[in-house]
Amino acid sequence: MTTRELGPIAGALRHIILMVGAAVMIAPFVWMVATSLKPQGEILVAELRFLPERWAALHNYTMAFTRVPMLRFLLNGVLVTAAIFALQILVNLPCAYALAKLRFRGRNALFAVVLLGLLIPLHATAIPIYILLHMLDLVNSYTALVLPFTISVFGIFLMRQFFMSVPNDLIDAARIDGVSEIGIVWRIMLPTAIPAVTAFGIFSVVAHWNDYFWPLIVVRTKDLYTPPLGVAFFRLNDAGTEYGPLMAAATIVILPLVTAFLLAQRRFIEGVTFTGLKR
Amino acid sequence: MTVGNLASAADTVEADRQRDWREALAAMALVGPATALIVVFLIGPLVCIALLSLTDYQLGAKALRFVGLANYAEMFGDRVFRRSLENTLTYVGVVVPLSVFLGLGAALLIEASASLRGFYRTIFFLPVMATLIAMAVVWEFVLHPQFGMLNLALNAIGMTGQDWLHDRKIVLFTFCGIGVWQSLGFNMVLFMAGLTSIPRDLYEAAEVDGAGQAWNRFWTVTWPLLGPVTLFVVVISAIRSFQVFDAIQVLTKGGPNRASEVLLYTMYSEGFEYFRSGYAAAVTMVFLAFVLALALFKTWFLDRRVHYG
Amino acid sequence: MAVARAARAHRPGCDAETMAQVELTGIAKSFGEVRVLRDVSLEIRDGEFVTILGPSGCGKSTLLRIIAGLERQDAGRIRIGARTVDTLRPNERDIAMVFQSYALYPHLTVAGNLALPLRMRLLSWQQRLPGARWFSPHIRAVERDINRRVSEAAALLQMETLLPRKPAQLSGGQKQRVAVGRAMVREPRVFLMDEPLSNLDAELRVHMRAEIAQLHRRLGVTFIYVTHDQAEAMTMSDRVVVMMDGQPLQFSSPGAIYSDPVDLRVARFVGSPRINTLPGVTTGRRSIDLAGLELPFDVALAAGERVTVAIRPAATGVAGQHGLPGSGVPGLSGRLVHRENLGSDLFLHARIDALDTTVIVRQDPSAIDAFPLGMQLQVDIPVDQALAFNSAGARIRSRVVARAAAS
Repeated sequence: MTTRELGPIAGALRHIILMVGAAVMIAPFVWMVATSLKPQGEILVAELRFLPERWAALHNYTMAFTRVPMLRFLLNGVLVTAAIFALQILVNLPCAYALAKLRFRGRNALFAVVLLGLLIPLHATAIPIYILLHMLDLVNSYTALVLPFTISVFGIFLMRQFFMSVPNDLIDAARIDGVSEIGIVWRIMLPTAIPAVTAFGIFSVVAHWNDYFWPLIVVRTKDLYTPPLGVAFFRLNDAGTEYGPLMAAATIVILPLVTAFLLAQRRFIEGVTFTGLKR
Repeated sequence: MTVGNLASAADTVEADRQRDWREALAAMALVGPATALIVVFLIGPLVCIALLSLTDYQLGAKALRFVGLANYAEMFGDRVFRRSLENTLTYVGVVVPLSVFLGLGAALLIEASASLRGFYRTIFFLPVMATLIAMAVVWEFVLHPQFGMLNLALNAIGMTGQDWLHDRKIVLFTFCGIGVWQSLGFNMVLFMAGLTSIPRDLYEAAEVDGAGQAWNRFWTVTWPLLGPVTLFVVVISAIRSFQVFDAIQVLTKGGPNRASEVLLYTMYSEGFEYFRSGYAAAVTMVFLAFVLALALFKTWFLDRRVHYG
Repeated sequence: MAVARAARAHRPGCDAETMAQVELTGIAKSFGEVRVLRDVSLEIRDGEFVTILGPSGCGKSTLLRIIAGLERQDAGRIRIGARTVDTLRPNERDIAMVFQSYALYPHLTVAGNLALPLRMRLLSWQQRLPGARWFSPHIRAVERDINRRVSEAAALLQMETLLPRKPAQLSGGQKQRVAVGRAMVREPRVFLMDEPLSNLDAELRVHMRAEIAQLHRRLGVTFIYVTHDQAEAMTMSDRVVVMMDGQPLQFSSPGAIYSDPVDLRVARFVGSPRINTLPGVTTGRRSIDLAGLELPFDVALAAGERVTVAIRPAATGVAGQHGLPGSGVPGLSGRLVHRENLGSDLFLHARIDALDTTVIVRQDPSAIDAFPLGMQLQVDIPVDQALAFNSAGARIRSRVVARAAAS
């Protein structure tokens, strides 16, 4: 940012303030993991201690997996987010390409609708969509969990933006070579759009793995619970009693994304905050 | 021009038309599915919500009646709804300034030196990534009156811990705290992007001009160039804050005694616990009005002025 | 501005003779493993226009930034005027800088940009608070003075109409002028310019070169100008420093750089088209052998030493087969492989097989028909125009010429 480096005092002060902040940010995580390793006897004590004296990790984590079908919940999470993302690419990428590179009647109108859609939060449309699914008897199904998110105006907007920067020559060359429009989309546009698709993928996976509102509404039976629902369910089951396994369950649920995040921090940050940056 | 030339000119026009026709057809195939889904899951529901709010529809009912603005009248006369709206506005009013201010501060501090920059960035961003429901459950334990980390720590330094989630007077602010904790990192990253896009030679020019010390540098270069970004972050933050729901639904269900009831929770309970779809739609319309106003403001004023050109 | 200069002469502690002389002694700078500047020592006279010329990466911008105080040197000393400025911050060194990208404050108007350095210097932060001016007639007086100086600078640069505009609304040339104006209002002892013309298109660059040179004459202040463009260096400067690989190779007037380079790299860098270089070997008979052609050149080297003979395209000639006059001395045999007719010049590319190199010869364009492609010709190497360099690239002079000059 600047040409000057901080002097020793300023530098130390900076570290002190940031360390305090970091401690506050990370405190819940530390508490969560610490508790998940402790036996019940050490949890319900009026003493601030982080390291367990007796390790109950095995017990707690096993409970987390057996008390509720945690594995099933995780599997649902993977299935749902993967399905959503795959379908999103299938539906939105071609649309983005057409909006960026092709001429057709209604193009401007469609793009205007896309822009309008960007303003609408997903919560606002929940009720009518639910009613629709109810009437089609699709409530409490994987379809209900996946279908409404297949359309992503944000994805269309993002990828259109990207496609507009792809030179037309590339497409013309493909046309001369006899590639069909569909072929152009999947064999030429998709490979070039990998960065944008990756960023969008991260955004989508994070958003839908963490989504609580919609699954809460449409899921009625345990076998369809996604990880957030699973944790909430666990809590209801063990309210006031076993915090150890509960914290273990929480750890398990956030672990996949956090691990992925730690491995590819820059990508994750770009993907998740795309909402702010590339608008 | 000979007759032969005339004929080939007509062929060219025909070939152009055929090509345009094919292109239009291909385009239809490419945008078709997306358009259909937009109609079904975006436009349709939007229209529905508006219309529903004017009916007394209950889920599963055979018929519905148009009741005009009766739902709205009921809403604004209802103490619960008014409380809910008040709480939501309070929440936004507390979380936005705090998370923006702290996010800016964190960004400035982290960017001021390369030392441990990646480490801090990761730690501060972590709460944004972690599944909110899971962390809400963790927070519940952290805030446990007897065994939670917060009260134990406060007791250790001689302060009394509160009943953070069950005291009517402070529960909303507890959620504000969780909200700031969760969104600070998000704002921070936006600010960091803004900071790094400030050209370095502007700082050098300021040094040459005598505005080289930290405070002067901030006022002469950093703050003016961060102006649009800041406004942007404030609006984004507000939009996100209006959508607060998860932690409240899981931990307090709006209680105790509506002290932590917020707009989306009201919409959820009316629409999906009591299945009063018409009424819930009216609540949604109020929610939508706020968010839409903010989003329009952002698009109109800010997306244009984010750069100085 | 002449008034300003006279006023500066009476600054306390300033000897008129050493005023604004810039002296660098032993400047060295490394970035990590890379040695960017090695032992740079220069003495720049008061009121001189000095250009630091060199290819990208030679360290010239770094040197300028060190003079400005934006970078700290690893070793060495800098004096501006009578003061040693090493420990002083940029705004205390009495310099002003024009950046390559102009670095104008985008949120301020042109007038605001010009006023900022003065506001920083003449008003404390309390006085700069918004609203403070309402309370203090002194502040208002200072601001009036600032506005006057801003208007003067704007008038001098002919940009009064631009004052209320913001940088985003200006063209490249206008932005550059504002950047110069902002530097001018500080009335510095030394003007530093870091490739200010490189972002402008060619035509504008030619125009701005003249303007900057005129500005220098008018202000009479020391200018230190950094560029990789030799045309700028040659046309605007009193003296030029040619820098390569972190070291100054030659520091003299543009004419001397061109006709009397002390290093082969300098000879190659300056001049368009590039100087011709021919590999030769000393004969020990006060001459240099160029693939059979013996060039009378008395250098203080033993026989059999490799040397490079260099000669400008404009200095060579052709003794052809069509009755063209030659210099009487036999030339290098070559074959015409390429012609470039620029309208103002005709450049012949002659392939000299014996030396495995191509020589460029300048001719008058009207003679183009006399030079069909593929023709055999003799390239003249006039001895008095030829330059010789030893195997390390250092200039070696012919004692014949030296003796002739001495007598």
